Amino acid sequence: MDTIVAHSNDVFVIGLTVFFLACIIGYYVVWSVTPALHSPLMGVTNAISSVIIVGAILAAGPVGFDISKIFGIIAVTLASINIFGGFIVTYRMLSMFKKKNKIKKEN
Amino acid sequence: MSNNLVAILYLVSALLFIFALRGLSHPESSRRGNIFGIAGMVIAIITTLMFKSVLSYTEIGAAVLVGGLIGTFIALKIEMTALPQLVAAFHSLVGLAAVFVAAAAFYDPVSFNIGEKGYIASSSLIEMSIGTFVGAITFSGSILAFGKLQGTISGQPIVFKFQHSINAIIFLFIILLIVFFVIDQSPSIFWSIVIVSIILGFLVVIPIGGADMPVVISMLNSYSGWAACGIGFTLSNNLLIITGALVGASGAILSYIMSKGMNRSIISVVLGGFGGEQSGAVKGDNSDKVVKQGNAEDAAYILKNADSVIIVPGYGMAVAQAQHALREMGDILKKEGINVRYAIHPVAGRMPGHMNVLLAEANVPYEEVLELDEINHDFPMTEVSFVIGANDVTNPAAKTDQTSPIYGMPILDVEKSGTVLFIKRSMATGYSGVDNELFYRDNTTMLFGDAKKMCEGIVKALN
Repeated sequence: MDTIVAHSNDVFVIGLTVFFLACIIGYYVVWSVTPALHSPLMGVTNAISSVIIVGAILAAGPVGFDISKIFGIIAVTLASINIFGGFIVTYRMLSMFKKKNKIKKEN
Repeated sequence: MSNNLVAILYLVSALLFIFALRGLSHPESSRRGNIFGIAGMVIAIITTLMFKSVLSYTEIGAAVLVGGLIGTFIALKIEMTALPQLVAAFHSLVGLAAVFVAAAAFYDPVSFNIGEKGYIASSSLIEMSIGTFVGAITFSGSILAFGKLQGTISGQPIVFKFQHSINAIIFLFIILLIVFFVIDQSPSIFWSIVIVSIILGFLVVIPIGGADMPVVISMLNSYSGWAACGIGFTLSNNLLIITGALVGASGAILSYIMSKGMNRSIISVVLGGFGGEQSGAVKGDNSDKVVKQGNAEDAAYILKNADSVIIVPGYGMAVAQAQHALREMGDILKKEGINVRYAIHPVAGRMPGHMNVLLAEANVPYEEVLELDEINHDFPMTEVSFVIGANDVTNPAAKTDQTSPIYGMPILDVEKSGTVLFIKRSMATGYSGVDNELFYRDNTTMLFGDAKKMCEGIVKALN
C-alpha cells in the first residue's frame, strides 16, 4: 500500500457506507413517527420502495426488443401500480386526519 | 446528463423521501410529507428517463400509464377496512418488480454496467441473487398474507411436522444455488433461485395466524425494502440503497413494536402457530359462571349517566364496519357533556395504526384517540369502558395467569373502570383461543350482537 487515501473508489464499499448511514437515519426517523400514523407510514414506504422503477426503466430503455426489455416493461408496470396506488391511498388516509372543523354532517 | 448531476438529483430525491417519513411525526405535517414523497419519486423517474441509454419512451410511457391507472383505480376504490390486504398486495408487487429487475440485469448486464453476458462480476451476481431471493419471498409471502386477510385462504395457522427444519433446509439449498449461480451464471439456476424462494415465502407465512397479521405485514414491508436495497447494490444505485434501507428499517421497527404489543419475540411470531391450536388448552371451568347480559337500552342508560367513557375498538369494529355508528354514539355522549375518548392497543386490527385510520375515517378527531401508554392509567378514574370488537387486548389473564398464552402481553386495563360494556357476537374466544375472564366480572355487562347494529341501537335509545 503506497498511500492511504481517505476515500474508496470501490462502488460496493461506497454502497455499504450509504446503506448503514441510511439505516441509521431510517431508525431515528421512523421512531419519531406517531403511532396513530403507522398505517400511512406503511402506505408511503410502500410507495417509495417502488423507486425500484429506476432499475426497471433502465431495463426497458434500450431500443429493440429482447427478453430483458420485456422484464423491464413488466417491472415498470408493477412499480407504477405501487407508486400511484401507494401515494393515493396514503393521501386518502392522511386527509382523514385533518383537523375536524365543525363541518355540517350530510344526510 | 453527467454522472455527477444524476447522483445529485438522486440525492435530492432520497432527501425528499426522508422528509416524507419525517412528516409523519404529526398529522398536520403528514400531508406535506406525502407531497415530498411524490416529488422525490417524480425527480427520480425523470432523472432516469434522461439517461442516454433510455430511448423507448413509448413503451415506458405505456407501462406507466397502464400501471398508474390500475393503481389509481384500486387506491380510490378500496374500503378503509380492507387496507391491510391492499398493503399486502402492494408489497407483493414490489417483490415481483425486484425479481424482474434482477432478471433484466442478468439477461442484459451491459445496460446496467455490470459486465457482459456470461461474464458478470461475482459481487454483482451475489447482490443480484440476494435481491432476487428477498424479492421472491416478499412476493409469495405477501400473496399468502393477502389471501389470509381477504379471507380467500383460511386465516388459521397451518402447522405441520418438521416445518422449521424444512424451511431451514430450503434456505440452505438457496444458498447453495446462489453459490452455483455465481460460478456458472446459468439462467436455469437463476430461475431455480426464484422458484425455490417463492416456495419458501409461502412456507414462512403459512403457519402465521390471523392475530399475528400486523407483525407479518410489517415484516413483509421490511422485506420489500431490503429487496430494493439488494437491487440497489446490484446496480450500484445509491438512491435505491437509501430508499430500501429506509423502508427496511421502517418495517423492522413496526414489526418490533407489534410483537412487543403482544409480548412475543419476532422469532416466535415468524415461527408461527399461534392461535387455533391452543384452543384445546382453554379451561372449561367457566361454563358454569354467570354472564350479565344487557341490550342497547341498558347500555344507553349506563352511558348517559356516566361522566367519562373510554371506547376500546378492535378488529371486530372493522369487520362490522361499525366506526360511523360508533362515532355517532360518541357525538351524542359528548353533547351530553360526557368526556369521551378512544383507547388504541398497538396490535388492535390487522395492521399497525389500522384503528386510527378507521376512526379518522369516521371523523373522530385524532386528539381524542389515545395510545395504550397515554390512557391506561386513566381507566380507574373512568366510569364506563366500552369495548367494541376487541377481546384479547383487554384480557386481565395477561397480567395474572402465567399459563395463559397471552401472559405478559400489555393490555388495556378496562377492568379497573366502573363498568365495562362489552360488545361481542357470541361467547367465542379471541384469536389467541383464550377465554376472557372479564366477561364474568360483576362490573361487566355483555352486549351480544353485531357491533354496528348495537351502536345504532344505542344511538336510537339515546335520542
